[in-house]
Parts: sequence; C-alpha cells; structure tokens
Amino acid sequence: MKITQGTFSFLPDLTDEQIARQVDYALAQGWAVSVEYTDDPHPRNIYWEMWGMPMFDLADAAGVLQEIHACRAAQPDCYVKVNAFDSTRGFETMRMSFMVHRPQVEAKFRLRREESAGRLVRYTLERA
Amino acid sequence: MAKAADRYKAGVLKYKEMGYWVPGYEPKETDVIAVFRITPQQGVDPEEAAAAVAGESSTATWTVVWTDRLTACENYRAKAYEVQPVPGIEGQYFAWIAYELDLFEEGSIANLTASIIGNVFSFKPLKAARLEDMRFPVAYVKTYKGPPTGIVVERERLDKYGRPLLGATIKPKLGLSGKNYGRVVYEALLGGLDFTKDDENINSQPFMHWRDRFLFCMEAVQKAQAASGEIKGHYLNITAGTMEEMYKRAEFARDLGSCILMVDLVIGWTAIQSMSNWCRDNDMILHMHRAGHGTYTRQKNHGVSFRVIAKWLRLAGCDHLHAGTAVGKLEGDPMTVQGYYNICRDSFTRKDLPRGIFFDQDWAGLRKVMPVASGGIHAGQMHQLLDLFGDDVVLQFGGGTIGHPMGIRAGATANRVALETMVLARNEGRDIRNEGPEILATAAKTCKPLEAALKTWKDVTFNYASTDTSDFVPQVSVA
Amino acid sequence: MSETVDLQAELRGSGVAEVLDELDRDLVGLVPVKTRLREIASLLVVEKARAVLGVAGSKPSLHMCFTGNPGTGKTTVAMRMATILHRLGHVRQGRVISVTRDDLVGQYIGHTAPKTKDVLKRAMGGVLFIDEAYYLYRPENERDYGQEAIEILMQVMENQRDDLVVIFAGYKDRMDTFFRSNPGLGSRVAHNIDFPDYSVAELEVIAGKMVTVLGLQLSDGARQALCRYLELRREQPNFANARSLRNALDRARLRQARRLLETGRVDAEMLITLEAEDFLASRVFAAASTKSRPEEVPC
Repeated sequence: MKITQGTFSFLPDLTDEQIARQVDYALAQGWAVSVEYTDDPHPRNIYWEMWGMPMFDLADAAGVLQEIHACRAAQPDCYVKVNAFDSTRGFETMRMSFMVHRPQVEAKFRLRREESAGRLVRYTLERA
Repeated sequence: MAKAADRYKAGVLKYKEMGYWVPGYEPKETDVIAVFRITPQQGVDPEEAAAAVAGESSTATWTVVWTDRLTACENYRAKAYEVQPVPGIEGQYFAWIAYELDLFEEGSIANLTASIIGNVFSFKPLKAARLEDMRFPVAYVKTYKGPPTGIVVERERLDKYGRPLLGATIKPKLGLSGKNYGRVVYEALLGGLDFTKDDENINSQPFMHWRDRFLFCMEAVQKAQAASGEIKGHYLNITAGTMEEMYKRAEFARDLGSCILMVDLVIGWTAIQSMSNWCRDNDMILHMHRAGHGTYTRQKNHGVSFRVIAKWLRLAGCDHLHAGTAVGKLEGDPMTVQGYYNICRDSFTRKDLPRGIFFDQDWAGLRKVMPVASGGIHAGQMHQLLDLFGDDVVLQFGGGTIGHPMGIRAGATANRVALETMVLARNEGRDIRNEGPEILATAAKTCKPLEAALKTWKDVTFNYASTDTSDFVPQVSVA
Repeated sequence: MSETVDLQAELRGSGVAEVLDELDRDLVGLVPVKTRLREIASLLVVEKARAVLGVAGSKPSLHMCFTGNPGTGKTTVAMRMATILHRLGHVRQGRVISVTRDDLVGQYIGHTAPKTKDVLKRAMGGVLFIDEAYYLYRPENERDYGQEAIEILMQVMENQRDDLVVIFAGYKDRMDTFFRSNPGLGSRVAHNIDFPDYSVAELEVIAGKMVTVLGLQLSDGARQALCRYLELRREQPNFANARSLRNALDRARLRQARRLLETGRVDAEMLITLEAEDFLASRVFAAASTKSRPEEVPC
C-alpha cells in the first residue's frame, strides 16, 4: 500500500502539467511555494529536508517546476513534496502540501506494541 | 424615567418606566449586546416587552424594590435601546439589549447563560422569545482561553493541508461490541478516511464498556496509521455521568495515544470548559457533538439560535463543532449554515444579515473552530459541499461509508477519491458547482468504489422546507 | 474552402494594435524602433495563426537587445514589448523584471548561481530586462563571478524559451564588444534594435509634452533659447537625450523661481511661463562661447 500523505495521494500520480496548475493556484493566492524531500516518511516526521529556500514573489509555475525536476534528479530515492505557505494573519501556516515524487520502492512501517498494565498497549511505528 | 422619589415608591411600574428602555443608547465598546426576537402577548407593546426582557435578564423584578437604591443601579440595568419589526412577520420584533461588562463573571459561560437566558423565556407577557445573536466585546472575549487546538494547529499536528478532512460515524449507532466496532474503524480508516467517530449516545453500555471500545479502537487506528503512513484518529466519546468519570476516560484515551477526544453538548457548560482546559493541558483535540441542540435551536420564534451556541462554544473552547451540512438529512438552510461556519472560522466575523449575523464580532485572537458537516451526505454531493464550505471543514459520511455496496473500505476510498478529485479540479479553476457531477463521473471511470457509490445514492436528496431561514433576503439590484 | 484566419482582426482583437498605436502617440520619433516592433507583432500574429490552422513550426526565439544612449526610451519600449508579448500569448504574464549586474552576480564563491536562479524564477512567465548587461563580463578580474551568471542565462535562454524572454540593453559599442566576447549569448539574441539619439526637432516636441505635463508654457524667446541649448548640448559628452532635456527644464524652473522672487509681485501668467533667460543662463552657452573644454555639465 502506498504512503498516502499529501492532498492528492489517492489520485494517480500528478503529471507535470497538473502540478503546474496546482502551483499556479497557490501563487495566485499569494502563497510562497517550497520543495521538500525525505527518505523517512514516518507520519510524525514533520521536518523534511528543504530543497532550497521557499520561493516568494513568483508569478509563474515554471520556476517551481525547475526546482522539482532538479530535486527529483538529485534525490531519486526520496519522497518529494511541494508545499504552499500562507503568511496572512489568522493562518500563518501551510495551505497546500502534495507529493510530486516517490521512490521506486514504497516505504513500509511496522507497528510495535508494548503491553503494559490493565491491557494498556503503548504503540510505536518503526520502519519495516 | 420618573424622578427618584417617585421611581422608588412601592408599587408596580412599567419596565419602560423603570429605566430598562433607553432609546438611542450608544452601546459602549465594552458592553455585551444581545438581540432577541420577541413575540409579545396581545396588548403588550413591543417596547415594553423589550424593556421587560432587559429587566428580567438583569436586575428587575415585577414590582419596585427600595433596595435598588443601595446600588448604582443605572449601571446594572440592562438597556433595551432599539426595537424593529421583523420583516414579513406580524407581531414579531427584534429587540437590541446592552449589558454592562460588570454583570458577568470572567471566563464563565454558565454565568453568561444564566444571566441572559436564565429567566426571561418563561416570562408570561411574551408569547415566545428567541435569542438570535450576541456581540461580545474584546474585553470579555479575552477572559476565555478558547479552543485548545484550533484549525491551524490541528492541521499541523495531522500534517494534512489543502483539503477538507474526512470522517465517518460508526453505524449502527448502538449495539456493536468493542471488537466489531474496532473492525469498522479499521476498515474505514484504511480505506482513506482521516477520522472515525463515536456517536453521541455511545458512552458505556452493557453491550460495550468504554475501556473495551477505547482499546479496540486505538488498535484499529494505530494499524491503519502504520499501513497508510498518515496520521489517523477516532473521536473517543468520554461523556459520562460525572466529571470524575470523564477525567478517568480522558486519561485512558491519552495514555493509549489518541490525538482526539469527543464530548456531547449535554454534559453542560461547566463540564465543557473543564474538558477544554484538560485538552489544552494534554495536547488533545476536542470534538464537540451538539447533541440536543435541536430542541431549542430549530424553531424560528422560540429558543436560542445555533449561532449563539456556536459563539458560546468557541469561547468555552472546542476544536470541532457540528455546524450543519445544508444538503444532508438534518435541518439547515445554506445561508444560515454558512453563517455558523463563519462564526467558527473567522478571525473577525462581519455583520451579514442574509446569513443571520447581526453584529461584527472580533474574536481577539481566539483560535478557530473546525466545523463538522455530518448527517445524510454522500460522495455524490462532494462538489456542493466543497463549494459551500471550502477546505476547513470535516466532512462525515457515516452511512455513506458503511453502507457502501462493496464494503466499508471501498466506501471510504470512494469518498476520499471524490474529495481529492474535486479539490484538484477546483484549484485548476473549474466551475465545480455546475461541472461537479461530470467531474465525479470522470473520476468514477478509474475508481470502481466511486462508481458504485454514485450509482447507489445518485437520487438521494433531502428537500424539505427549512424551518429556520434568514429574514433578510439579499435584494436583487435593478439593472 | 479551407479554414482561414483574418490577421488584421487578430491584431485588433488581441489588443495589440491598440498598444502599438499608443506607442506611436506617446513616444516621439523612434521610427526604426516602431517599425521593428510592428514587424515583431506581425511575426507573432502569423505564428499564432499557424498554430490555429495546424501548421505551426517551432516557436521563434524572441530574446532581444536594445542599444543606444541613455534616455532614448529603451526601458519604456521594453515594458510595452512585454504587454505585446503577453497579449499575443507568447509569455504567460505581462510582467517585466528589471535587473542590473548586481542583481545577478554574487560577492563570493557559490553566491552567484542561487542569486541568478532566484532572479530567473521570479521573472519566469514574463520578461527579464538586463540593463548594461556588459558589466556581467569582467575578463580582467579573474575572481569575477559574472561568467557564472552568463552561463546560467545562456542555458535558460536556450532551453526555456517558452518560459522567459530576455531583453539586454546598453550602449551599442559596449554591447557589441560584450557579444563578441560571449558569442554563445549573442547568437541567442534574435532581434537587435538600435535606439538612435533624438534629433533637435524631436527633442523640441518632447520638450513641449514635458512642459505641458508640468503645467507650464514656454515663451517664444524661451523656445528659441531651448532649441539653441539642445543643439549645443547634443554635441557635448554624456548627452542623455530625454533625461538631459528633463534636467534642463528642471534647472530652468529653478532659475525662473529666482527671477520671479527678484521681481516681487507676480500674476498667474508669469508663474507658469519660462523665459529665454531661464535657459540662456546655462553653462552650456558659456562653455560654447569660450570654446574651452567643457567640464562635466550637469544637464
């Protein structure tokens, strides 16, 4: 089963053209777009590696796609995602985040259970 | 108002004459304001009725009392300052009443409600009364901590952005054992939902005790999390007969690693605030089910409007709030429901009469509540739901997941695919309101579960006349 | 009867005809430039028609170089060019990002590439206008990082013609030297447009427009003095065309103010009129009459 993180993971992998349209949408809202990658897609891994700085002041998706291609080429065995950040008051957070590249072999996680008193179980996920 | 000596002579005076009717009063920045919809009895004039409401929700009683003179009574009297007839309804009026800040205890919804609605509604001279809306000054808002998590932090904890969240209430409402209940949770989460939910009346009954439910559900949640790599959750309902019992259940849920808890509205305002504080201390999301509200929110002429309940709950501090679907099986006309959503999600809610909002409300930095749309909705309505409510909402498809002909997992996948497809299309600039069905049909070609869902429920709509619509229809401008 | 396209209608419909007409009205002279612009617009309309009728070839390169002295309208035309390109669908946005060497080149190793790429990303979808581009190339300084910027520019100009149009600008002789030393860059520029200095007659027309915008008027004497001034100033070094003219008008206003103050009582007519002496006081006349080497003149 594939890692279904990000806004569009239940759809077939997005084409570059579809990615560009989503980036254009984010830019039209005035959001800053950034690219991140990781080899550790654990759901609690919040801090993926930044591929360059977040891109402010862009008017067009072409620049972002350039960076996506570069990241895919440089990190073919990592997950790569595109984020859009909204700095307006009341938000100041990410508004979009979706995958643009997956490694050949999907990561798998194993559930570790630690039984304790009163049938309480402590759970943790580790890479399988 | 009569001179002091006359004013306080023993006997009965009209409320208007006792100082509760102050036409033209300019409410202060720090006043709490309420607008009531009143239906006075035959022969009672509307200003007198408004003054009576003001009186009976502040200091008055039915006869003059000399002890008033031991106080700076002008401060403590609520002031009815404006009365307007309700457009199109004979014998009904809107009355605006202002309350001094000193009348209220800081950070206590119990006190607020006891003051505003504790006495007035049984008052004989009124045939009916409804609390329509309230304005809270920033000075009062700041005495509350508000939602412990809020939309922004919830998304950051779940690491999910850019689309509505998906949930489902476990069905049948009652009767499943813990193990079977957990199976439904597992299938639904694995299929693609973000959350599953206890129903409001699932607490701890002979067929399933709460500890069993918590243990089986968390096993299901953790397994689904491991398989999908996404953070999942199940709203564990900790509603119980006493606070002590509730704390016990909350602690167990926390120890099992749940990210979210659920309570029902019927636990009461005091319990809600306590649980909100507990959730803040323990970093858990608080889901509020508005159980029982329909008894007093639904009829336009009498009760309390849900928008006021939503405001009270944002102050009291819940993170999720059921706020209506507009297109599902439960009451809610689209404009009015959008009004509730705005109250939950705005940093500053603007006056908007067609959506039933009477006042500007500055939320003074209180976090935002995630509205929940739940009740009779299905994948075939995804375009309407996204168009009406945007991204910051939890869409819950209980029957729409569990009743799927290909099984629960397929039901969940159908909903998730429908949602992601619709978000993708909307971002590309397509007109989802009109092209929605076509977009879903195209997606269904490559997703059998979605195809089956659309076929099964395509003719389901709930079209009954709404009992609670806005009195203010936007005027169509003459070209 | 095969499908046809009405090219004139296309030109009008896209709003480009309007932009060209506006350019004709707003910019004085520049006949060769305006002709070139109309040619380029026609080329783009034809390309569009080819696409519509299904006989499109590869997209033409639209990178350009504007050469000429300062104040001859290069930046203004670059802005209008962006609008034309946008309206004919050759760039996605009508935006111009205007940069010089300092915006592209870094101060230390590794600084240049991200800086240049950043500028390029921000310009994507529109037009990148590089003023005095020859400063990118400093062969005498081996630690100069301009070469890196040039490499990156060349790559983008070649591979991302759909995403970006580059317009270089500067003095003709220096641009020629620059392109000779960097033939890769020069060969990627499809259109070289020269912006000749304005004639005195053209400068007079421009002066008339500037004076109107300032809410002033020239007396007959002033007009003659200005004409004589321009004839002299044009021959002197560092003549910046419209900009020099603007400076001259500003100096004249200062002198007018001093003159009026000495006069004392004034009426509206006097306030808005520039007189001959407001121009004749310029050092340009003194320098010419003494026939000595004029030092750096302010306008």
